[in-house]
Amino acid sequence: MSGVRVLVGTQKGAFVLRSDGTRRDWQIDGPFFPGWEIYHVKGSPADPSRLYASQTSGWFGQVIQRSDDGGASWSPVGGEFAYANKPGTHQWYDGTPHPWEFARVWHLEPSLTDPDTVYAGVEDAALFKTSDGGGTWNELPGLREEKTGSSWQPGAGGMCLHSIVLDPSDPLRLYVAISAAGVFRSDDGGDTWRPANRGLRSEHIPDQDAEVGHCVHHLAMHPARPDVLFMQKHWDVMRSDDGADTWQEVSGNLPTDFGFAIDVHAHEPSTAYVVPIKSDSQHFPIDGQLRVYRSRTGGDEWEPLGSGLPERDCYVNVLRDAMSVDSLEPCGVYFGTTGGQVYASPDEGDSWAPIARDLPRVMSVEVQTLP
Amino acid sequence: MTRVVLPAPLRTLAGVTGEVQLEVAAPVTVSSVLDALEERYPQLCGTIRDRSSGRRRPFLRFFAGEEDLSHEPTDVPLPESVARGLEPLIVLGAIAGG
Repeated sequence: MSGVRVLVGTQKGAFVLRSDGTRRDWQIDGPFFPGWEIYHVKGSPADPSRLYASQTSGWFGQVIQRSDDGGASWSPVGGEFAYANKPGTHQWYDGTPHPWEFARVWHLEPSLTDPDTVYAGVEDAALFKTSDGGGTWNELPGLREEKTGSSWQPGAGGMCLHSIVLDPSDPLRLYVAISAAGVFRSDDGGDTWRPANRGLRSEHIPDQDAEVGHCVHHLAMHPARPDVLFMQKHWDVMRSDDGADTWQEVSGNLPTDFGFAIDVHAHEPSTAYVVPIKSDSQHFPIDGQLRVYRSRTGGDEWEPLGSGLPERDCYVNVLRDAMSVDSLEPCGVYFGTTGGQVYASPDEGDSWAPIARDLPRVMSVEVQTLP
Repeated sequence: MTRVVLPAPLRTLAGVTGEVQLEVAAPVTVSSVLDALEERYPQLCGTIRDRSSGRRRPFLRFFAGEEDLSHEPTDVPLPESVARGLEPLIVLGAIAGG
């Protein structure tokens, strides 16, 4: 029988949750790397046994861990992320030039075809790549050296490159998103980049439709329609139908269009999920009711999904990398909260149940569907 | 043998359970001890001092002989008692307060 593995990164370690295809009973293994912040754990699409984890600490710095057996055992591999060339400066919060300084790896995106190749999005914003299973990491400096790079400013959480989307139909096309610079697209495998933010409007910048400066929170794509991208921005849910050449707002009837997480149904490219959060100063659901919203129309028309989710007194957040889907039938949807719960829906979001209740603050959730 | 006490997270990362004992050629300094430590446990590279600058990570301290050596030059010989292993070089994670 097929199964599901849920890879959970938390503020105090990683956890691996396993179930069979029924998704009723769950085994929780961990914590792995206890005490460390695990920003992201993700498996290789080309080899589900190969997992990578970003393990970081304000005390001890950055470590990349690798598992070759589906998370049963782990080994530290390379953790050196040195900017290429002379890094120069970006803008600090007060507008003064600030040297590029590596802080941590926010996101790991394994290649779609090669288990040894992984992209890493880091703070201060840059894109790195390994081709030897994580042993050595080299920057793709064309992104940071893009003509707007010196004008990028950090968001409240730091100047992080948090989203990496690989186009399955074109191995040379990549998208990344940076807070608070925006989306960038490469059509040559990451050598050169251009801003891809046309259509975004952000009230927190003087020129609201500027080429860069937008606080994009997350990106999602369905592999069957790689030109369609969904975005949760600081405020606004957006969609592009032309590979991020242009964006249109699809917030529609959402009760608030602030949020962090967004994902797409595994079998329905027009079905998207978000978790509306009250505001940028109040990072919790409206009225204490935790709700996922689903659109089956590519946005604009959204329906609340709350069966099994807290009806009251819920004041958690769902962070940008903390939502994922499986590809079973029907599609399963998963998300983790800053309160340490991981919720799963085995029926496309119609009903939910916690599969872990008392973990540390959940920073990322990724799902592997196993044969 | 020079003895080194690591904070618990780094003991786990290095796969050791107690003090680390290292053969370090004289003169024994913080730098030479860390060189030997990182040679034996390469997974500790970057966790105690910056890989490129060599600077101590800001939330870590170096104690030896009941002295805080964190702000001392790292190429100064450590006390004889530390070099001979009578007492350890302690790498300590600064404790979060509040």
